[in-house]
Amino acid sequence: MASTGDLEPTHYPARRAAQVALHYLNTHHGSPFRVFGLQQVHKASAEDVAAGGRKYKLDFSVTDWGSGSAGPALRCSADVLFPRTERHSAPEVQLHCEALHQINSTAQEEDAFYQKYISPDSTVSARDIPDSFGNMSEEMQPFWRLARVAASFIMLRESSENTEFNMAKVASVTQQESSEEQLMLEFVVLLHDFPSQEIVQWKLLASWSPDRGVRVLQTEWQPRCPHATKPPN
Amino acid sequence: MRLYLAVFALLAAVHCEELFNGDQVLRIHAESENHIQILKKLERDVDSGLDFWTHAVSTEQPVDIRVPHSSLYALKDFLKKNNIPFTVIINNVQEHLVREREEMVRNAKMESKTKSFNFAAYHDLETIYNFMDTLVASHSNLITKVNIGSTYENRPMYVLKFSTGGEQRPAIWIDAGIHAREWISHATAVWLADRIATDFKENRAPVPSILSQMDIYLMIVANPDGYVFTHRSPNEFYRLWRKSRSATSNPKCHGVDLNRNWDAEFGGPGASDDPCAEDYRGPSAQSEIEVKNIVKFIMSHGNFKSFMTLHSYMQLLMYPYGYIGIDAPDWPELHDVATKASKALNSWHGTVYKVGSIFHTIDQASGTSVDWAYLRGIKYSFAFALRDTGEYGFLLPADQIVSTARETWFALRYIMKYVCDHPY
Repeated sequence: MASTGDLEPTHYPARRAAQVALHYLNTHHGSPFRVFGLQQVHKASAEDVAAGGRKYKLDFSVTDWGSGSAGPALRCSADVLFPRTERHSAPEVQLHCEALHQINSTAQEEDAFYQKYISPDSTVSARDIPDSFGNMSEEMQPFWRLARVAASFIMLRESSENTEFNMAKVASVTQQESSEEQLMLEFVVLLHDFPSQEIVQWKLLASWSPDRGVRVLQTEWQPRCPHATKPPN
Repeated sequence: MRLYLAVFALLAAVHCEELFNGDQVLRIHAESENHIQILKKLERDVDSGLDFWTHAVSTEQPVDIRVPHSSLYALKDFLKKNNIPFTVIINNVQEHLVREREEMVRNAKMESKTKSFNFAAYHDLETIYNFMDTLVASHSNLITKVNIGSTYENRPMYVLKFSTGGEQRPAIWIDAGIHAREWISHATAVWLADRIATDFKENRAPVPSILSQMDIYLMIVANPDGYVFTHRSPNEFYRLWRKSRSATSNPKCHGVDLNRNWDAEFGGPGASDDPCAEDYRGPSAQSEIEVKNIVKFIMSHGNFKSFMTLHSYMQLLMYPYGYIGIDAPDWPELHDVATKASKALNSWHGTVYKVGSIFHTIDQASGTSVDWAYLRGIKYSFAFALRDTGEYGFLLPADQIVSTARETWFALRYIMKYVCDHPY
């Protein structure tokens, strides 16, 4: 179902495209102390493109979930191209956010976090973040954010015009042996797709350091017991 | 109210073992300035033993006097001689005090149960059902609990009826928890139940005025089986369960999406026919007993004017249609009401909700409750998707329950008042 031309910013086509831009933003600028969320879409339009895809132009605002409701909103603009190919391929995003480098630095927190967990003795392991009641210990928050950022790589890759992903919860985090001075973390994350309401499970291996940021090394779709629901694409 | 205070003051006296056996409280209706002067003179006489609960000021206000037993006949005689009308409003003060005291102790116990109820926490089904009973007991003049049928796993489905009387008054329906994992909806409905009761008791507008003309029906848990299932374990298979718990044609997969099972373009796009899917519509419209029970109740009542359902997440205030993208006939009005309601919601905490039809804000969805209600002529039908917009999603921290409930109340209150002011 297609809409071309100006889009209603409060309707789902614009919102889904904006969410894709958010995933892209988080893969580039997310950290254990920074995850961006969509605040609202101001303007949106879409057009078919020559190669057979659809390109969305978006004007939207984002906030850093880490700063809570007190945080400032950043104004962003993005082009999001959903290719039309036989097999699904990842959308392509071009993104620009104003004042991205002016937001409060989290270098100190990142460093402290890194130092704490890079030691060879560190063996972090936890389940259900947050728990059923939305609770998460302060210690787990940076791990939750790291999972969210790492999951953004998957969500970005798996997105189409017919999906809208968020991370529902972190089923588990297990620290692996550090490699090349990177924190190595194995996550099992549960993604929620809003249109189909499906919960999709992914296992992933991610690395992080203050210098290199988040990298996702391996991803593996996992069937959920007892029945296997394939990912929407 | 003053009567209540006076009785309370007496209670203190009773504690000091003063007895009021045989005393009566008379209500004097002074009809002239002359009567007022007579009563004023009577009040000034401190040896009379008369206890003036209200003072003689004007003919507009009755004067209440507690009269000791020994002075009863003399006073009644006096009033008759002067043609001052009166009525006996408390026949035996001592008996009245004892009854009042017993009721106050009962109420205090009940109130402290509801006051001590932790609204800032998620509760299991049993706790919520106990809360309902406590609430009904504390507000027995306003609320009754109606059993509208059983679930697939044979649990009772309860609706709280808020009513000040009348016969089948025009009514407002609010349900929560039709999707089990959307815990903020149940938690919000629990808070709302208490809030409506309290606003009525404390005479806070617009609730008393709404309830003088309409009834409110609030179903806190529309999918009890699913809700119990989500409490079984923190494991996501349980906690993130959405549907009912009925057996399906696939032995490996249970449950129907109760918000795709309504007789409103059932079978259309926007729902699945795969029993393993989260939006599985079920084998036929109203195949699910939970949906059947609600439909039967609303149809046999026959006088609902508004139907509202609480979900999460995404912060949306939606109206019909879900099954199709064309505007509903009442679109301009519904959009206007929803927009103003979302502004009211926003005024509390700054939370931004988007307004639109289900079709346009979420996606095409067939067999939804809101479409069913609207197509049955219940014009003011709305669906809420509560906090948040994806950060915590279904696992919204409990410390957001009360602020979510309060802002939702601002919107609901606006809509209910609008419905009340626009009968059809």
